[in-house]
Amino acid sequence: MVPPAHFTSYYGRPVLKAAPWTHDIPAYLFLGGLAAGSSLLAAGGDLTGRPVMRRTGRLAALTALTGSFVALVHDLGRPDRFYNMLRVAKPTSPMSVGTWVLSAYGPFAGVAAAGELPGFGWLRPLGRPAGLVAAAVAPAVASYTAVLLADTATPAWHEAHRELPFLFVGSAAAAAGGLQLALSPAAETGPAQRLAVAGAVLELAAEHRMEQSMGIAAETLHEGRAGQWMRTARALTTTGAVAGLGARRSRVLAILAGGALLAGSVCTRFGVFEAGQESARDPRFTVVPQRERLAARG
Amino acid sequence: MTTNPAVDAGWADPPPRKGFFTDTSVCIGCKACEVACKEWNAVPDDGMNFLGSSYDNSGELGGSTWRHVKFIEQPPVDLGMPSTTLPGSEGTKTDFRWLMSSDVCKHCTHAACLDVCPTGALFRTEFGTVVVQEDVCNGCGYCVPACPFGVIDKRIGEGVKNEGLAQKCTLCYDRLQDGLTPACAKACPTESIQFGDLDELRERAAQRVDQLHGAGVPQARLYGEDPDDGVGGLGAFFLLLDEPEVYGLPPDPVVTTRDLPRMWKRAGLAAATLLAGAIAVFGAGS
Ligand code: SF4
Ligand code: SF4
Repeated sequence: MVPPAHFTSYYGRPVLKAAPWTHDIPAYLFLGGLAAGSSLLAAGGDLTGRPVMRRTGRLAALTALTGSFVALVHDLGRPDRFYNMLRVAKPTSPMSVGTWVLSAYGPFAGVAAAGELPGFGWLRPLGRPAGLVAAAVAPAVASYTAVLLADTATPAWHEAHRELPFLFVGSAAAAAGGLQLALSPAAETGPAQRLAVAGAVLELAAEHRMEQSMGIAAETLHEGRAGQWMRTARALTTTGAVAGLGARRSRVLAILAGGALLAGSVCTRFGVFEAGQESARDPRFTVVPQRERLAARG
Repeated sequence: MTTNPAVDAGWADPPPRKGFFTDTSVCIGCKACEVACKEWNAVPDDGMNFLGSSYDNSGELGGSTWRHVKFIEQPPVDLGMPSTTLPGSEGTKTDFRWLMSSDVCKHCTHAACLDVCPTGALFRTEFGTVVVQEDVCNGCGYCVPACPFGVIDKRIGEGVKNEGLAQKCTLCYDRLQDGLTPACAKACPTESIQFGDLDELRERAAQRVDQLHGAGVPQARLYGEDPDDGVGGLGAFFLLLDEPEVYGLPPDPVVTTRDLPRMWKRAGLAAATLLAGAIAVFGAGS
């Protein structure tokens, strides 16, 4: 459809309000994904006799989870009231659903990781069952954050609701696989390598599709700060995937791949976050698609 | 008549749904509503600003601006449209049109802010309005990007009351409980802001549009009165004299949670993909 030649606004001011969220939130998106992917690899490593992968994955999951929790609470207007999230369980609120998903995931990921630490040996027998429960919940941890963003009036998030969950799980898999490539011995990292490369490919493909389907809001992924994040993300993720193919033959490539995939995942989260904020600030992304919708309805 | 959101929210036998009908055609831009709202609700100052946008110096609705009077100065443009002067009248069109409108929370039938609130701080009152409980809100800010009208916001300002919490118009919940008219409607000297039972306000508004059309104001239109729109109709709706976007209102607002089932389905699919992928990579050799 031909976009209207011009659109009117009230002194160019936004129609919507951008989320009052700081960079805690994209950091949280990244860390949550890393934790989820790491729990999956840890459980697989445990079941298939890859002790270093198991240990690395469990500790990474706990570290990332702790970081994501700190970021989440820090972003609240009243951090001391965090527990109010636990007053209700609301399926219409992705943040409420996410709180309960994390409440189900956190303790198990924590127990599994604690068993790996000196002094907590008595928890080790619980490591496998706890790790398996954490791994079962992990995919929800990685994907719900896409709904968290999409369930808003923010044009670049809402219009991306079809692909965003795939982008985010791809990004989570790439980050967690990358971390294992960098930290675990080559003898154990076959599955991590495959997960990392597949995750990177999914991330790149989902992002490409998303841009086709989200209408003019896709412009925000190319311009300004969001554009820089997204271009950097693509370059890093592509580099990481290519280097990842050779990662089991060369330590240097393994570290390069891991670093690039982790950094690419960070950039993707910040890029998507910033694109949404920009799309809320510019009334064009609110008014023009709604006008087109009205025109199409006749 | 129409669905009562108070009943949907679980109130047994609530009073009739209350709302505002803001007839912008008689607004004179005196800002009595802004002042009355600040006074009654003890809403803190949010800046002495000169914004360079006509007489509008409060800028936008937000945590500390619950009524916001907008001023639009329209230069003369001849679009070749029918004249807006009364047929047969001597006077010519003024060369300039000033639109004024007092904006407020819409108290949506399907309120996205309320849907997404993870603490239950936002709730539906027995009057069908949407109110934040300031002792429950933890300032997560989720309601802010959820609102399709950019109404609710976290209150900012060092040390102000309820700093960091989401705040917006309560439709004077305290006054309603005592059978009083909200402060803004009470203070409005032209009855541009009308308060009452929503069903009755809708009838009154339809008559007013007919009257204006008859008087040669074809641009008069209602905004948000239709219970079949994307937000199920507004509890606070408007009579406008131009397109909604001229007033900074979205032309076709939709409650984001309408698409939520589809979003969860996609997220479920993505989660299954990740799980299947993680299993597959371990099955495929060393
Ligand atoms: S206008 Fe915005 S803040 Fe007011 S009820 Fe509707 S969604 Fe909530
Ligand atoms: S900021 Fe307060 S009212 Fe808004 S969604 Fe969060 S808890 Fe609910």
